[in-house]
Amino acid sequence: MTWETVIGLEIHSQLRTKSKIFSGASTAFGAKPNTQACAVDLGYPGVLPVLNKEAVNMALSFGLAVNAKINQHSIFARKNYFYPDLPKGYQISQFELPIVGQGEIEIPLEDGQNKMVGITRAHLEEDAGKSIHDLYDDFTAIDLNRAGTPLLEIVSEPDMSSAKEAVTYAKKIHSLVQYIGICDGNMQEGSFRCDANVSIRKKGDELGTRAELKNINSFKFLEKAINLEVERQIDILEDGGSIVQETRLYDAVKNETRSMRSKEEANDYRYFPDPDLLPVAINDELLSQIKKSLPELPTEKKIRFIKDFGLSEYDAENLTAQIDIADYFESMIAKGADVKLSANWVMGDLSASLNKNQIEIQDSPISAIELYELITKISDNTISGKIAKDIFKSMWEGKGSVEEIIENQGLKQMTDIDALEGIIDEVVNNNTLQVQQFKDGNSKLLGFFVGQVMKATNGKANPKQVNKILNDKLS
Amino acid sequence: MSLDNKQVKEIAYLAKLSVDDSQLEQSTEELNNILNLMEELGEIETGDIEPMAHPLHMSQRLREDEVSEGDLSKEFQKIAPKTGKSHFLVPTVIE
Repeated sequence: MTWETVIGLEIHSQLRTKSKIFSGASTAFGAKPNTQACAVDLGYPGVLPVLNKEAVNMALSFGLAVNAKINQHSIFARKNYFYPDLPKGYQISQFELPIVGQGEIEIPLEDGQNKMVGITRAHLEEDAGKSIHDLYDDFTAIDLNRAGTPLLEIVSEPDMSSAKEAVTYAKKIHSLVQYIGICDGNMQEGSFRCDANVSIRKKGDELGTRAELKNINSFKFLEKAINLEVERQIDILEDGGSIVQETRLYDAVKNETRSMRSKEEANDYRYFPDPDLLPVAINDELLSQIKKSLPELPTEKKIRFIKDFGLSEYDAENLTAQIDIADYFESMIAKGADVKLSANWVMGDLSASLNKNQIEIQDSPISAIELYELITKISDNTISGKIAKDIFKSMWEGKGSVEEIIENQGLKQMTDIDALEGIIDEVVNNNTLQVQQFKDGNSKLLGFFVGQVMKATNGKANPKQVNKILNDKLS
Repeated sequence: MSLDNKQVKEIAYLAKLSVDDSQLEQSTEELNNILNLMEELGEIETGDIEPMAHPLHMSQRLREDEVSEGDLSKEFQKIAPKTGKSHFLVPTVIE
């Protein structure tokens, strides 16, 4: 039987404000526990929340970037539940009239097509504090520094039909919030968190009962957790059982999802408008001002890269997926680097080294200017592409500039044709058997000869030149 | 709409209120009286009235994004029932 997977995502992105959404306490990450939690964050009696202007502006930036309907009259609500890291006993969130209404975003699919994913809404809310369960034997420790940090919760339509699509969508949102500068996107620190609503159904049927997956802090885990959940639901339904609507926690260590609480125990959040906060009014002037201040968005950048640099759709998509990578690439091109070579190096050796060492491009040991210098040496035939890879490694390890490494390690490409011809003659003379086979029609042996010459020159010969001379000599 | 005893127990559980079995019957009756009163309100025609989120006819004032609060953790911890080195401590919560 074929099952169809239906996925919707709820993404919580922490907004990059200096202070909290309703108080003047700092939002800086990594401070000593509870030193950035003021009376408002602690839910002291008699305090009143005052909304942070920047948080509102950031939510509007997002709404405009996904072509959403902006609710110019928006209200805050109390979401009531009990948990020790929520001192007030309610979270200030939005229920009716969220600041950002229906919008959409385009994602690329594996088959090269694009797909529109609907965004149901995006609303402003405050983050809760942190509960630490393993610090004391008999107590749970509470750190309220995070309480009151502004969040934008971005809710998608159930438009994704595979774990891969869900990851692509999440990455697209992740990229967008960084492009427009409203979130640092740091998943390890919890600045960007995903919950997935997963259900399955037979083709054409109505939506099945969904389970909500929580505690997913990387794109890899998002894909794993969804696939696990789909398998679990298929097993249950094919055994004649039924799915229970529940919240399930993903455990990355055991690679399993397990039930957190069932629907019966689930909170009825008893939302109601927060009487401490007045409705938020957004005027047209503010909207047009924010629209004007939006930077170039990923899709716009991609189209420009294709048009101005002649990149393929695929390359342009990859190079614009993260704003820091796009900036890196563009500063190489601005210096005059070859477009195709730059694209290949940024997406190839550079990305591989960054991934392997788990560092972000802005912390790369090789700057855009240095990579430009390296590939310029390929373009002007000072070095071969193969040698360039070795130099790249040395540069990565901090062994000096391109010039220094070429000089110190004697890596300059041979430009002396006479010397090169001498070496080629030697190779030809030492391999008479292969020469005969080549002349008898085994043209694949050309590669063998090129290899021998490269070996004899320690890779310093220009392979194109070697090819040409060999072809002349052997024909 | 009216509630039965079982629903009232569930609501009490979610609201973290202890309702003794001996009080249950009475609590259910009282709650149902309140609900009946609400139902009377439902008879009023409100289709043309814009929902009101707040009784004041004003909109929310916004503050500049500036850090204005310092570290008062020592003072707050002094009056907390139980604290560790720098954390507030509560009875173990099991996830």
